[in-house]
Amino acid sequence: MSKKLKAVIIGPGNIGTDLLMKMMRSEWVEPVWMVGIDPESEGLKRAQEFGIKVSSTGVDGMLDHVIEDDIRIAFDATSAYVHAENSRKLNELGVIMVDLTPAAIGPFCVPPVNLKQHASQLEMNVNMVTCGGQATIPMVAAVSQVQEVSYGEIVATVSSRSIGPGTRQNIDEFTRTTAGAVEAVGGADKGKAIIIVNPAEPPLMMRDTIHCLTKETPDQDAITESVKNMVKEVQKYVPGYKLVNGPIFDGNKVSVFMEVEGLGDFLPKYAGNLDIMTAAGLRTAEMFAEEAHKGEITLPAR
Amino acid sequence: MDLKGKKVTLHDMSLRDGMHAKRHQLSLEQMVAVSTGLDDAGIPLIEVTHGDGLGGSSLNYGFPAHTDEEYLNAVVPKMKNAKISALLLPGIGTVDHLKMARDCGVNTIRVATHCTEADVSEQHIGMAAKMEMDTVGFLMMAHMVSPEKILEQAKLMEGYGANCIYCTDSAGYMLPDEVTEKIGMLRAELNPSTEIGFHGHHNMGMAIANSLAAVDAGATRIDGSVAGLGAGAGNTPLEVFVAVLERMQANHGVDLYKIMDVAEDIVVPLMDQPIRVDRDALTLGYAGVYSSFLLFAQRAEAKYGIQARDILVELGRRGTVGGQEDMIEDLALTMAKEKGLI
Repeated sequence: MSKKLKAVIIGPGNIGTDLLMKMMRSEWVEPVWMVGIDPESEGLKRAQEFGIKVSSTGVDGMLDHVIEDDIRIAFDATSAYVHAENSRKLNELGVIMVDLTPAAIGPFCVPPVNLKQHASQLEMNVNMVTCGGQATIPMVAAVSQVQEVSYGEIVATVSSRSIGPGTRQNIDEFTRTTAGAVEAVGGADKGKAIIIVNPAEPPLMMRDTIHCLTKETPDQDAITESVKNMVKEVQKYVPGYKLVNGPIFDGNKVSVFMEVEGLGDFLPKYAGNLDIMTAAGLRTAEMFAEEAHKGEITLPAR
Repeated sequence: MDLKGKKVTLHDMSLRDGMHAKRHQLSLEQMVAVSTGLDDAGIPLIEVTHGDGLGGSSLNYGFPAHTDEEYLNAVVPKMKNAKISALLLPGIGTVDHLKMARDCGVNTIRVATHCTEADVSEQHIGMAAKMEMDTVGFLMMAHMVSPEKILEQAKLMEGYGANCIYCTDSAGYMLPDEVTEKIGMLRAELNPSTEIGFHGHHNMGMAIANSLAAVDAGATRIDGSVAGLGAGAGNTPLEVFVAVLERMQANHGVDLYKIMDVAEDIVVPLMDQPIRVDRDALTLGYAGVYSSFLLFAQRAEAKYGIQARDILVELGRRGTVGGQEDMIEDLALTMAKEKGLI
């Protein structure tokens, strides 16, 4: 058996296509199927040109091939509305689901913070939170790993061009989901998330500010070291993840200012917010593949 | 300009935009004193929330002295005639905040987006309209784009269910001709039953002139603030605007002496600093920068030794929009590093 896990990407839009381009370089995950609902979609045509099998009738169009093609991992880059059904159908066939939608029916996954734990428990559905969450929660966790954080707040500023109609129609879902994950994964007692959309041209790079309130006086040296280490962890899968300023200390407030440049695979470099989602999703699948290869976990029997 | 007999609905901002100038620290007693004074003077609509709207309470914008709910519950029951409005910025507040405000007795919801991003307001405008609230779409930083773009975005908000659309000069950058053009186009092209509003800032000393231009071009709701208590050099000072409308025989329904007294006896004494066109506020207007950045830039100047004016000009150059307060300290740090100050 090859060490690579075979995968299906659901949703041939910007995210799905960027994910496909990253996955074609992966040593651990091999893209086999791309699924959409519009036969004319650019994304499906592009996938076909890359030699990927395509279905234009949704997940149903490829379910019969899951076993024969040995599909083990699915990435859902569609919407929260259809995710639950996609996940149910594929989980039944023993396919692990990496959820890039805001549906969040499985536990939140932020790779440098809790991926190892999810992989070792063979979670069959993990949710990648939001772009803002992927960019900021590692920093909240970096502080909360040193000492207790009573309040964590993140501000994500993204270029207007980099956020699609789905996010725009349900922007509350972004703030709620991200705030929830600042607590659940970041380790803050209370979380808050703010998103700002900026239309400047040329488009601005994704930037993120993270503020934490520590319960006790912050241990400045330990927090600074923890933040710098965490930046390196994220840089392993998002090389353009950059600490611009901070950590800055003001009383019990710790502030960190980040910038996220994408790899520019399919999405432009300024769209670091989308890039960090696809990179985190792929990193997640790779960890499952590595653990399976090492024999640490056993994939569902076939 | 002939405004004789024109109906103008004045909307006070001192207890919302003024919260910026007060670092969101107004007490419940101060809120009640100002709002009851305005109600008595005949102001029909008064906005009450954190300066950054419902849910604005944060490290980024400042924690307020009280929650939005506490402020609303203190003010709403005290109103005899005036209605209360609340601002909501999608991305900061959510429909949960909106429902809370409605339950507190808020009459008017104003959903604010940057002037090119109206499509983030669909769920909030839709919800407010569904709850049959007076629903306003509020297009901020309207100086940054063309009248055609403002109209396109206004139509989106109108389509989601807004019964009133604002052209908002958040930076106090506009000159009267621009106001005339933008308001005029909205009035000509939007549904005749959709009201048009204008929200000004006094950073270039143009708030009164701009508000008059807006009324002349078809706006019927004008935001102002008693004694000008608002972000930057403040909003259109309402007592001044009332006096001007009185001279022009417009139909505004406000008692001039009473609102003068609210300004002089209640609002001016509670200011932390004079609200005036100082060099930093003037820079906001001149460079086209969001007015609530003022105090943040001044604090960054005190902390990092970079002039607030230089920070504000650079923020303008980078095309920052409302809500990007976090950029100010970040930029000040970067500028201080470049100058070898830290």
